[in-house]
Amino acid sequence: MSDIKKIKDEFLERLNEDLNIESVNEIKSELFGKNGKISTSFKNLGSLPAEERKKFASDLNFVKDELQEKINKKIQEIEIKEINSKLENEKIDVTLPERNIVQGKIHPVSQVIDELSSIFSEIGFSVEEGPDVENEHYNFTALNTPDNHPARDMHDTFYLDDKKELLLRTHTSPVQVRTMLKGKPPFKIIAPGRTYRSDSDQTHAPMFHQVEGLHIDKNINMGHLKGCLDYFIKSFFEVDKIKMRFRPSHFPFTEPSAEVDIGYELKDGKIVIGEGDKWLEILGCGMVHPNVLKNVKINPDKYQGYAFGIGIDRLAMLKYGINDLRAFFETDYRWLNHFGFDPLDVPSNYRGLSR
Amino acid sequence: MKFTIGWLKEHLDTKFKDSEIIEKLTDVGLEVESFEKVSSDLDNFKVAKIINAEQHPNADKLKVCDVDIGEQDTVKVVCGAPNAKKDLLTVYAGPGSVIPKNNMKLTVSKIRGVTSYGMLCSESELNLSDESDGITELKSNKYSDKVGKIFFKNNTEKVIDLSITPNRPDCLGVRGVARDLAAAGVGKLKHTSNIKIKNNGAQKIKVSITKEKNQGCTIFGSCLIKDVANKESPKWLKDKIESLGQKPISAIVDITNYVMLDLNRPLHAYDADKIDKEIIVRNSVKDETFEALDNKEYKLDNDMCVISDKSGVLGLGGIIGGTRSGTELNTKNILLESAYFLPRSIRKTSKLLNIDTDAKFRFERGIDPQSVELGLKKASKLITEICGGKVSKFDVQKIKKDKKNKIKFKISLFERIAGFKVKDKEIIKILIDLGFEVSKKKLELELKIPSWRPDITQPIDIVEEIVRIKGFNNIRTLEPDKTRFKATLNKQQKLFHFLQRSVASKGYFETVTWSFTDSKFNSLFKENYKEIKIVNPISSDLDVLRNSIFSNLTSYLKKNLDRGFKDVSLFEIGPIFKDNKPGEQLTVIGAIKSGKISRLNWNEENRSVDLFDAKKDVIQTLVEAGYDRQNLFVREKSPSYYHPGKSGSVYLNKDDIDPVAYFGEIHPNIIKKIDIKTEALVGFEIYLDYLKDKKIKLKDLKSQFKFSDYQKSDRDFAFVVDKHFKAQDLIDIISSIDESLIKSVKIFDVYEGENIPKDKKSIALNVTIQSSEKTLEESDLEKINKLIISTVETKSGAKIRS
Repeated sequence: MSDIKKIKDEFLERLNEDLNIESVNEIKSELFGKNGKISTSFKNLGSLPAEERKKFASDLNFVKDELQEKINKKIQEIEIKEINSKLENEKIDVTLPERNIVQGKIHPVSQVIDELSSIFSEIGFSVEEGPDVENEHYNFTALNTPDNHPARDMHDTFYLDDKKELLLRTHTSPVQVRTMLKGKPPFKIIAPGRTYRSDSDQTHAPMFHQVEGLHIDKNINMGHLKGCLDYFIKSFFEVDKIKMRFRPSHFPFTEPSAEVDIGYELKDGKIVIGEGDKWLEILGCGMVHPNVLKNVKINPDKYQGYAFGIGIDRLAMLKYGINDLRAFFETDYRWLNHFGFDPLDVPSNYRGLSR
Repeated sequence: MKFTIGWLKEHLDTKFKDSEIIEKLTDVGLEVESFEKVSSDLDNFKVAKIINAEQHPNADKLKVCDVDIGEQDTVKVVCGAPNAKKDLLTVYAGPGSVIPKNNMKLTVSKIRGVTSYGMLCSESELNLSDESDGITELKSNKYSDKVGKIFFKNNTEKVIDLSITPNRPDCLGVRGVARDLAAAGVGKLKHTSNIKIKNNGAQKIKVSITKEKNQGCTIFGSCLIKDVANKESPKWLKDKIESLGQKPISAIVDITNYVMLDLNRPLHAYDADKIDKEIIVRNSVKDETFEALDNKEYKLDNDMCVISDKSGVLGLGGIIGGTRSGTELNTKNILLESAYFLPRSIRKTSKLLNIDTDAKFRFERGIDPQSVELGLKKASKLITEICGGKVSKFDVQKIKKDKKNKIKFKISLFERIAGFKVKDKEIIKILIDLGFEVSKKKLELELKIPSWRPDITQPIDIVEEIVRIKGFNNIRTLEPDKTRFKATLNKQQKLFHFLQRSVASKGYFETVTWSFTDSKFNSLFKENYKEIKIVNPISSDLDVLRNSIFSNLTSYLKKNLDRGFKDVSLFEIGPIFKDNKPGEQLTVIGAIKSGKISRLNWNEENRSVDLFDAKKDVIQTLVEAGYDRQNLFVREKSPSYYHPGKSGSVYLNKDDIDPVAYFGEIHPNIIKKIDIKTEALVGFEIYLDYLKDKKIKLKDLKSQFKFSDYQKSDRDFAFVVDKHFKAQDLIDIISSIDESLIKSVKIFDVYEGENIPKDKKSIALNVTIQSSEKTLEESDLEKINKLIISTVETKSGAKIRS
């Protein structure tokens, strides 16, 4: 027993010294190696009288565990110390730039189309599309704008054939006709897309974007039109109050027709929507003309409803403070970077249209 | 449509303020574009003060004055007036002014070597008095605080400019505007019936309208006015004409214009002595010619409505008169025409001849056929008052009886459409005020439509009249109805939005470019598509519809590179066109990437972009959209605008005929032709129309969750294959050996060179093997190893590299 105690005290003392990993391993093998002191003691167990053996074995085990534990602890201590001293030399300037970031951008027109889709989705509208190339029937005649109608002059049309039958659509309204021809009422759609007119200056581009809206059912009247647009404008500009003015106007495909102005004021050169006493025209709308309904084989005595058309680019300009329409289509990298949106910034109703 | 409030009040009895009238006009649908004074030449004359007057260095009688005209700097004016002296208040006329006395236009000029900016004016030069000895002297007590202000009061009235929609020709005349305002409660419309005129004797020039097919004239009214003395218009008439920014010409012309603006009743005055015998209103014959008042000679086609005499064409009815019979200051006898021409005929003729006149604009929208006599009355009365002369009886030729159109209007339709109620009595009053004849039959109104409203033909038109006069602010705002009939987006639309954002998330800037392009660029990318010309392009470099998105994308890329950008990634999602018919278009994503990856980064090696960047972006986009990478198949085939050896096409499945995408380096010849300067240029295209609707929905795919917990093993192989052997085929061969065991095949090295025969290459792969049933034993693995080697060797002719 005293032997064991001696071993124990001696080694615990040695292990308390400042050691490196090699010396600890040396101690370990001195104790637990093939001819180590502890190993040898275990081997000698057999030579002890039976009555002493049990007690001795128990003491020996106890010492063995204690030493073992001490060794493990010592090793851990040394390792941590080593890591710590290594860390001292591994410091790096974390203010150096990261690897190159790639960030793409979504064009403001696309972002606004997604915003519109989200807003109108909330009140049950679905999205329809139509071709960019149209014939004059869908673009004009079916929309109650016959060949001799002066309203045709208001659309500077790009033609694709000499007979002027094929053209680039001058508005998104032909989608109304196509949608109603291929289905049965009720209809509740918006149709965003490219539109074309052959004028070009600072405020006009030969190509621009419109969104068409159409709601046809049995009892849809001008009150619903007003309600829908009131909801839309508030949602789009993300304001609670809006000043809105309906002005009688004329479009061949709606009657009664109206243009809608919203109130705004200029604050520090920026347009603030919803306040002030200036008016800004933002869309045209009206009740779908009975002639249009007849043209798509819908009985105007049974069904009625409203339609509207809004310039998407203009909406984007107003909401995001963009001054120049032409810049939308000029692919200036700086402009796209400035006015573009992060692709993860998907407009949706639950998380809000814009951040 | 322009007029003054004063003019409006000739037709409207009202106590409303100008601002209220302006507001009401907009409320009833007559949009006010502006309400302001027309600027006058006299605005150039300003009150000025001489700050300093010095002797002219080269002329005894001239002085050089520094003049304060209310601006930051004084101006130098050379002046010969003896009274020009320091501190004098006088009248200054700047360069560009026209001196009232002699109509001389001032310019900046050098007078004896000193530059003079404008002039100081005498009272005589300003037509204020005959005093011409010196410059005007203004009293300091009245003018000292007015330096820089306009000297003459602008006496012109403010002008209202209305934008009239094409359905409202009646409001192209002041009277029509007054009628709408009266109906809306802004005063009372004055009567016109009391215009009295003495007219005697027959109209001696015979007028006939030929009865023929496509005759564009149905009524021709006329009167002869003899012994007139045409002259300058009186001041009131000149002022009226001038207040609209037009130039007075002569009394007769001004009067016909005045009546047209007042009543929307175009008239035409002929010099009666220049008419050869009689007036025949007929259809033109091909190749007839005449010289019009715009001094152009027109060659006519068949069936254009002309006013002619025995010698030939006098004018195009309702569009433009001719020089042969035009009135002049010395005209003695005039024939005044007041006619009705059919809008359709006017529109057709003016389009063919490309003529746009005020009369044409009005006739094509529809003139009141019953205003023929009123127009003659009003104009001939004014002519005789101003120019003297005797008026003949009115001659009115008609080939069609005009009667008022009638419609039946169910009163309930109003509320059904407008969504609010207006009392029957009020509805009737509005309609009567607008000129309708109304008789009530129980729940219906029988209406006779006023002759000046060609736009009203059916009940919905009546709804519009009532709602606009009553006011759109009466329409209630109803809570939007939220019923849904269909999903917001269909599958293809969802795909569009997904791919758009997926591509952008890989570092590309989305752009939107014209759907048209320059045919020169387009031809580089059009492949087998037809060139689609725009008949009337906005400019010669936007003359065709695009057959590819790359034409615009590459030219805009070049502009950005020229701006100094180097590493540019752009994409557009939009239409390309196959033909000029509706529906012959495809929706395509086109993306390009130039320059380098990791340019100027301190810890990464930079490298030029290459085709595998494009391939990664296109494949990853497809994978993100839900297409299985395992099934995607790549071929070498690609359009000619890609580098022939460094591009490929992607198919959803090995057996598909149509590729869904292309990727690769852009052809060096094209880069050269467009003159793009960059280290490298790659691109890809995805054709949305060829992406098949995935049959299985994502929610169903998610539900089949299978995985294995048994141990995975990796084995490396290196095969020596023919140089042209496709890596994709090698992966294919190995993957299909045992799909239940071989989980992935990765190529980690491709090597050509030392130790490998010249026409061969070595491909090193790592194969992951895992069973879903058990942990594989060494012997199982050995078996599959051997199988991989033997299969690859037989199928590809490869040799395992030892």
